[in-house]
Amino acid sequence: MIALTSDPIDVPAALRFLQSEQAGAIDFFLGVVRDNTQERPVDRLEYEAYDRMAISEMQKIADVAQQQWPILRYTIIHRKGTLQIGDIAVLIGVATPHRAAAFEACRYIIDTIKQTVPIWKKEVFTDGESWVNAHP
Amino acid sequence: MNSSISVLLFGITRDLTGQSAVSVPLAEGASVGDLLTQIHQKYPALAGIRSLLIAVNGEYAESEQVLTRHDEVALIPPVSGG
Repeated sequence: MIALTSDPIDVPAALRFLQSEQAGAIDFFLGVVRDNTQERPVDRLEYEAYDRMAISEMQKIADVAQQQWPILRYTIIHRKGTLQIGDIAVLIGVATPHRAAAFEACRYIIDTIKQTVPIWKKEVFTDGESWVNAHP
Repeated sequence: MNSSISVLLFGITRDLTGQSAVSVPLAEGASVGDLLTQIHQKYPALAGIRSLLIAVNGEYAESEQVLTRHDEVALIPPVSGG
């Protein structure tokens, strides 16, 4: 299950979706809004996405992960819009028979999302703002 | 015959141009690389961005790919999801 949403991410619902009688391991990665970047105080983050391509790029990542690991179910949910400190910006959940594959697949998915999926975040500081990764 | 192509903008490129889409003049048979050259000429403010890629119809495109007026074209600045 892949989603791009303006609504808060429902972690218990994601867990229920991943549970099955074959799943011996469920791994979650939650990306959460932190209150600083290199000690500069962050007020909030503003996310935007190229929706259709963000969804298709996340689907490609999930497809590769499914070829590489015995994934029973997965969920990838990314927020867009304005997020406050402590909000969950992204949730990756992977269910597999055993734990090693769940850890590895979860890490592969979040690492690759950060490299290829057209989603952008702007850090809004108390004294300015900047698009993350945009400048050398 | 010359025409123009609409390019979707996101993130820092939208902020710097103040627009969510721009129309860029482009000759028939022009490639993704030609489009990037045009964009850089028309919007010098984008020069400071670390990298700019082009997506055509929702897929990352190589610079040799030829564009048609029916393509959905987007300018992709460095991504920062997660």
